[in-house]
Amino acid sequence: MAKRIDVSGLTAYYGAHKAIEDITMHVEPGAVTAFIGPSGCGKSTFLRTLNRMHEVTPGGRVEGRVLLDNEDLYGPGVDPVSVRRTIGMVFQRPNPFPTMSIYDNVAAGIRLNGGARRKSEMDELVERNLRGANLWNEVKDRLARPGSGLSGGQQQRLCIARATAVAPDVLLMDEPCSALDPVSTLAIEDLIDKLKSEYTIVIVTHNMQQAARVSDRTAFFNLAAIGQPGKLIEIDDTQQIFSNPSVQATEDYISGRFG
Amino acid sequence: MTVNDTKTPGTDPAPRGQGQSTTRLGDRVFSNLSKGSGIALLVIMAAIAVFLAIRAVVAIRANEGNFLTTFAWDANGDPPHFGIAVLLFGTVVSSVIAMVIAVPVAVGIALFLSHYAPRRLATPIGYLVDLLAAVPSIIYGLWGALYLVPRLTGTYDWLDDVLGWTGVFAYDGSPARSLMTVGILLAVMILPIITSVTREVFQQTPKAHQEAALALGATRWEVIRVTVLPFGRSGVISASMLGLGRALGETMAVATVLSPSFLINASVLESGGGTFAQNIASQFKEAGSMGRDALIASGLVLFLLTLLVNGAARLIIARRKEYSGANA
Repeated sequence: MAKRIDVSGLTAYYGAHKAIEDITMHVEPGAVTAFIGPSGCGKSTFLRTLNRMHEVTPGGRVEGRVLLDNEDLYGPGVDPVSVRRTIGMVFQRPNPFPTMSIYDNVAAGIRLNGGARRKSEMDELVERNLRGANLWNEVKDRLARPGSGLSGGQQQRLCIARATAVAPDVLLMDEPCSALDPVSTLAIEDLIDKLKSEYTIVIVTHNMQQAARVSDRTAFFNLAAIGQPGKLIEIDDTQQIFSNPSVQATEDYISGRFG
Repeated sequence: MTVNDTKTPGTDPAPRGQGQSTTRLGDRVFSNLSKGSGIALLVIMAAIAVFLAIRAVVAIRANEGNFLTTFAWDANGDPPHFGIAVLLFGTVVSSVIAMVIAVPVAVGIALFLSHYAPRRLATPIGYLVDLLAAVPSIIYGLWGALYLVPRLTGTYDWLDDVLGWTGVFAYDGSPARSLMTVGILLAVMILPIITSVTREVFQQTPKAHQEAALALGATRWEVIRVTVLPFGRSGVISASMLGLGRALGETMAVATVLSPSFLINASVLESGGGTFAQNIASQFKEAGSMGRDALIASGLVLFLLTLLVNGAARLIIARRKEYSGANA
């Protein structure tokens, strides 16, 4: 079920380095929110704070609040493992588990979360999620083959199936198409459009056309200078951002004057 | 300069076919060098095998006993009478004990160093483990004989109480200069090599796969189970084989600890037995010409045993190659 995210006063560090500073924003449920901005502006770091993946990096530290439907993800006693079970993530490079078959890749998350299920039930879940990721027809005859044998675009859709299989509330995507060719990119974008009815989707992208194509809302991040922390400049409806942004820096970036 | 019989690149507009590709001097030198190294390896292996085989045949021909089943080593007698049954048994049993103890411990240490310990702790402990590998085997032998042997009798008594009925763990209270003690000592000796190779492999588990597991809501142990262990599987096998190779061939430490005899004792806790390497070391000095050939024959069996073990390991690794993660 899609959930709303409210971030307030969020600052993230790598050791002593402040990567992003004082970010406050809302992510609407059941919509696609795109994060755009120049390299190093902290949009990926910010994305990783939303499912507590940032703190996995040595020295990674977060201040501030992230509320998922009013539950503080950084509250005392909150287990990051259970946060990650509700907020799935798709990475920049397709990363199916190389030692597992296509079937097992999709089943991996379910097995981690639930333990033993009946075979028929698992078969059905695997099929449903592979269909959901528009991959079923391409792989149904080779479910027992290793996932690493698929093409890059297929691997990325396999990763999306793996992420949706655990039925998360939110799906975070960290530049999911940057390692893919245009045809595979299109397949993923179609998929994102289809998935947004069920999940809250946040996508980081370097590609502004992509942000304009797939997202309902767009957040623009920027940094004052190299070594300075990244900040949220503005967030608005995608149409608004791309036609009439309220901040000059956003317009400069979108029109290609820098970045 | 060397004369180049192929056309100079750039002057030849036609696409280069097979058999007339241009090679540069550096390429040729390096290619021949690596080819030569490969051939040298084969020649050395063949030379060892041929040497062992020729000498072994002499001894086996003259042997009055059955080379494989005789429980005795009287190679200097006339006629010579010897067999490797006891040595094969002792070598295999002590190495198996060593592996059973060392592999799980080594995998545990490696996981601790690669995924649990904070870096400022992992580095010094890593050095310490490597240092264990630098201790000469005679030192291990002395430590085993003088420290380990007297301290193990209590444990063996307890094992006898609990598992003595199996026969394998029966214990008569004699000094613990047994295959079990040898196995424990060998486990300590092969621990560093298995640990450091395994740790290397575990550390190379792609971050992307570990993060994928984390993002699915895996705990640290689940990340290890889902990504690190499958990725490192073939590495653990290779590392274990390196360790096993050392355990099979270990000489001085075994010779110092074991009180050898040419009997197969069903109990691994009671003294007696022998290993190939230990037997060669113990008998070589007093051996005559026939005695030496007999020892070489036993060495040949050890050689074949090691080959067999390595081949088996290769098979295991090759069987699931496409799932190995090497192509990811």
